[in-house]
Amino acid sequence: MEKARFRIEVFYKTEDSRGNVLKNRLKNRGFGLEKVLITDNYLINADLSESDAVKAALSLIQPVTQDFLINEAFSPDEFDYAVEIGFLPGVTDNAAHTVRESIEDLLKVSLSIEDSVFTTVTYFLWGSISEKEARKIGSEMYNPLIQRIKVLSRQEYFNRGGMGNEIPVVKIFENPEADEVDLSVPDDQLIKLGREGIPNPDGTRRGPLALEMASLETIRKYFNEVEKRNPTDIELESIAQTWSEHCKHTIFAARMDHDVTGGIYKKYIKEATVRIRREKGGKDFCVSVFSDNAGGIEFDENYIIADKVETHNSPSALDPFGGSITGIVGVNRDIIGFGIASRPIANRYGFCFADPFDNRLLYRDKKGESMLLPPRRILEGVVHGVNVGGNHSGIPTPQGFVYFDERYKGKPLVFVGTLGLIPREVCGKLSVVKKARAGDNIVMIGGRVGRDGIHGATFSSEALNSGSPAAAVQIGDPITQKKFSDAIVKEARDMGLYNSITDNGAGGLSCSVAEMARECGGFEVFLDRVPLKYPGLSPWQIWVSESQERMTLSVPPEKLDRFISLMKKRGVEATVIGVFNNSSRGIVKYHDKVIFDLDMTFLHEGLPEKKLKTSYPKKSNKYPPFDEPDNFNNIFLDMMGRLNTASFEFISYQYDHEVQGNSVIKPLQGKGRVNGNVSVIRPLLDSKRGVVLSHGLYPSYSDIDTYWMAACSIDTAVRNIVSAGGALDRIALLDNFCWCDSNNPERLGQLKEAARACYDFAVQYGTPYISGKDSMFNDFKGYDEDFNEVFISVPPTLLISSTGIIEDITLALSIDFKFAGDLIYIIGETLDETGGSEYLAYMGEKISGTKYIGDRIPRVNAPLFAEIYGTFERAVKSNLITSSISIERGGLAVALCKSAIAGMLGFSADLLSVPAEEVRRNDTVLYSESQGRFLVSVNPDKKGKFEELFKGIPMGFIGTVNESGRGVITGLDGGKIVDVSINRLAESYKNRFKGF
Amino acid sequence: MAKPEVLLLAGYGINCEDETAYAFEYSGAKSRIVHVNDLIENRSMLNTCRILVFPGGFSYGDDTGSGLALANRIKNNLMDELLAYIERDTLVLGICNGFQVLVNLGLVPALKRDQSTAGNSADGTTGRVEAALVHNNTFRYQCRWVDLMIEKNSPSVFIRGIRRLHIPVAHGEGNFYAPEDTLKAIENGSRVTMRYVKPEGTPAQGLFPFNPNGSMNDIASICDGTGRIMGMMPHPERAIFFTQRDDWTFLKEKYIRENKEIPEESDGIMIFRNAVNYFS
Repeated sequence: MEKARFRIEVFYKTEDSRGNVLKNRLKNRGFGLEKVLITDNYLINADLSESDAVKAALSLIQPVTQDFLINEAFSPDEFDYAVEIGFLPGVTDNAAHTVRESIEDLLKVSLSIEDSVFTTVTYFLWGSISEKEARKIGSEMYNPLIQRIKVLSRQEYFNRGGMGNEIPVVKIFENPEADEVDLSVPDDQLIKLGREGIPNPDGTRRGPLALEMASLETIRKYFNEVEKRNPTDIELESIAQTWSEHCKHTIFAARMDHDVTGGIYKKYIKEATVRIRREKGGKDFCVSVFSDNAGGIEFDENYIIADKVETHNSPSALDPFGGSITGIVGVNRDIIGFGIASRPIANRYGFCFADPFDNRLLYRDKKGESMLLPPRRILEGVVHGVNVGGNHSGIPTPQGFVYFDERYKGKPLVFVGTLGLIPREVCGKLSVVKKARAGDNIVMIGGRVGRDGIHGATFSSEALNSGSPAAAVQIGDPITQKKFSDAIVKEARDMGLYNSITDNGAGGLSCSVAEMARECGGFEVFLDRVPLKYPGLSPWQIWVSESQERMTLSVPPEKLDRFISLMKKRGVEATVIGVFNNSSRGIVKYHDKVIFDLDMTFLHEGLPEKKLKTSYPKKSNKYPPFDEPDNFNNIFLDMMGRLNTASFEFISYQYDHEVQGNSVIKPLQGKGRVNGNVSVIRPLLDSKRGVVLSHGLYPSYSDIDTYWMAACSIDTAVRNIVSAGGALDRIALLDNFCWCDSNNPERLGQLKEAARACYDFAVQYGTPYISGKDSMFNDFKGYDEDFNEVFISVPPTLLISSTGIIEDITLALSIDFKFAGDLIYIIGETLDETGGSEYLAYMGEKISGTKYIGDRIPRVNAPLFAEIYGTFERAVKSNLITSSISIERGGLAVALCKSAIAGMLGFSADLLSVPAEEVRRNDTVLYSESQGRFLVSVNPDKKGKFEELFKGIPMGFIGTVNESGRGVITGLDGGKIVDVSINRLAESYKNRFKGF
Repeated sequence: MAKPEVLLLAGYGINCEDETAYAFEYSGAKSRIVHVNDLIENRSMLNTCRILVFPGGFSYGDDTGSGLALANRIKNNLMDELLAYIERDTLVLGICNGFQVLVNLGLVPALKRDQSTAGNSADGTTGRVEAALVHNNTFRYQCRWVDLMIEKNSPSVFIRGIRRLHIPVAHGEGNFYAPEDTLKAIENGSRVTMRYVKPEGTPAQGLFPFNPNGSMNDIASICDGTGRIMGMMPHPERAIFFTQRDDWTFLKEKYIRENKEIPEESDGIMIFRNAVNYFS
């Protein structure tokens, strides 16, 4: 390994809370630690004088609290072990980037981007720990896929004179040329090519193309008959990216059985939107759907809201931090790339994890060399990634959820979404229309290109197994992105300096350039002009790399100088890498040699149609009947502390939801700080109009019936918006399907049914889909602790995100009970619908050790529910409601407790007053998850008006808010069945994730 | 009266400039957002500016320590102009990351500055770093609403007439630290402008979450000796309207029942009004 000239170690002279917190955290996990000290180390490999190195070091410390050593090991007294963690070669090192810029500015020198600055962190440990334990502590803190670690005992540390000056410089010894790929090979070789990738000279493979036989045959035919030659590696890789499941959504586009000829996307999702827009006529609020990087709806006469929700599951399984930060920063870029460029105004998230208290390990390989990170590590990493990504970008995160199921252990699901705002007109033109013109320069801005993220698009189209490429992992750099985001959205856009813009996401340049070229008809790219992080990349790697924080723009020649000079002033690297044309060909050159020359139509439309067969045999999920419990006090407490009902305040407060000043209804509500399921923001401070955000998700219902699972998700997403004051006729939906094992006809049968419900219920509510995404292979193939083979598929998961409009934010509602004496009403009907409920899962675990599922899945009576929602809206407008919560997972009981904990007030309630004619059991009334229901509190002065308005709608006056500090419930037979203290409920609700 | 010109720095990860500019405009000032690089290129912009603002954000991603890299950029390129600027009858406000920058530039608490005759940079007393904002005790980013008590004796012009504030914090490194002697001098020299308190107004005494970061003496904000330069961790620009408050839905109901008018504005706006009114 190469060594740096200077190693600067920065240490604290004063107390450093990082060490204390880490010590406590490790102590809680059973390590006998007494003290932890941390040094931040900067390895500087540059030709600086000793005095300049001292100047540089002085600029790296906070002089009141820190000091430094240069080329001298920090040696605190009597520590036991030292653990140093640094990055592997080529992994994004954001701090190093800042340090290099600062030193250049300080010393007015120019340092090499590739190999001048690296950072590491050293942990000095005190305590009664063995070397094995020290290593274990190390492995708790680092990820072998992206980092390197050094664990030294005190003695070794001194013998070696510290950690040393080695630096992870990237060394690639490859022939940077395009290779020809012979397609005239037997079919089994062709299949192998599709599955494992193009062979290298040494026999290894470059990683999956994820091309199926039918696609490969089409490609072979095209090259034989049209081009009359073999493809180059870059052509084949490029086609694979463009045709990938990730980019083309082949399963959603496939012919399914006899009845869905054009694919479920067209028939159920797109068609629903088309019909709704037609039926709404003049009230249609969609502006741009399914065509751009995000969907767009009307905000008011002058502004448009852009909205997008993405998933980043596979990368988050490998490197939770890198995966999730890349996900959130990536979806921000979809918004920046919406229309002629939109400003991100809010982030949202949704995480599906396995039980973080489950410590049983899983391995990708049979030898146990490649361990899957345990659920708790995945949770912590994913949560932290969205923290850094969102907070550093200055985008508030008002809305999100966590959901747990043991089947997310092989692959977590990481949903990340962003909303943006864009004026309807920019420079006198409609802002959602953009078009690259022939003759425009192809300009890449932002970060440089490295090997990171190669095969991301094709990788996410495959199940996670031992061949999964570590190169698929990237780490986001929100500050680099923030720089160009500001420069584009706040300056270049309004100066009219470019004609079109898109994000470099999956497939990198290969997808962004080819996509934009559709607007004009062709392109020519000079690949050797693309700025690289380090030398030695093959041309195909440059073309498909998914290195982050990049966008592609089309800049007309007469504006190029202004554009480039503006970017330079903003510290944004901008490079002309080619020209758009109308040749109907896509051409890529590398050092003057043509290495890619394809027909644009073949590239975009050549993908053969896929035909899929589905089946959906429904299984019964009967469970042994159990008697109704006599006393609900303990059940009541337990049900508030379930993984799926408990407070996740620890996420809400570490995500800045106040930046931009747009927060109205916040993620934590009431004095008691309870997580709400809907948030409201006010994007323009001089307008009273607001945006309402929520979601619906019921993976547990998929075990019973995916049609009603989807129906409930849609109803919940819609109802939640209404519960906070949003208008029913201004709600847009986004669909994110995270499915599993999608070559299996039964899984496809479940998919088809879910999609059918998506059509049926969106149409009935008049809530169009404006954007969506699917991720079809969320499966894990590997081994358990005893090295038995396991195949874990996530439960079919559909996230419906909803975005609504509220005309006047001062009418928005929060969930907290507010005053003793207020009247509590339940609106909507309660049926015996406990199938897939949190209560059955809990009772099953309690009685038998495993969850019960049941069969009585909640149904959605859309015509009735729509009437309820319309009435609710009128009640909101008349200021008749004091608090409102939509009844979701956990049913009436959990909703009641949440409003009480949030308001820090007691209540008394009577189950006999709940409209539930067919229900005979108290537990069913309390915990059924029937849809279409709200729990509200009402000022007694408004009782008459309120009841008058809801006349004819199933509704019950069930109790009152009081100051007793207790929650008391009377059962169906008139006896008291619950009497618990609100404080104890709050404890149960908040203690589940204590210490997270 | 002419509207005072406010210059708000932007770029490199600063991210609260828009809402801060809005708060000043709303208070009757003229806001101008300027990229750090543009100011370095065109330093004379400081000549007409009356209020210089270092907004919140994540300059340089907090790498090497919050506010440090941006303070270095200014020290390396703008320090003389900045020192000349503060010698005039001007104001400087640093919020959150901006406060961290002010501390690392030595502009607050600037204990030595008022002891020297001219207070210019030549004697080396200004630009000396005397305190620090270190990692929160929880080593966790904290976005939450806090209660603040305004120090009666503070010379800060930003807090005139204010007694209490209910506004949010959002930071990972807001834990105010100063060596013992410095802390004494800060207290004795009336440099503290705001302290974290419990909702009922009693001192937080370091208790989380009232004191959200572990700051010594519950310090949330300090100023220099003239009172014209102030840094604060909490974000007043996020609390200028009633509906931005965390408890507004409760207060709205309360006011309705008490037949009181529902206010439009909230606490944070007073800071900006004070700054603007200084020039009237």
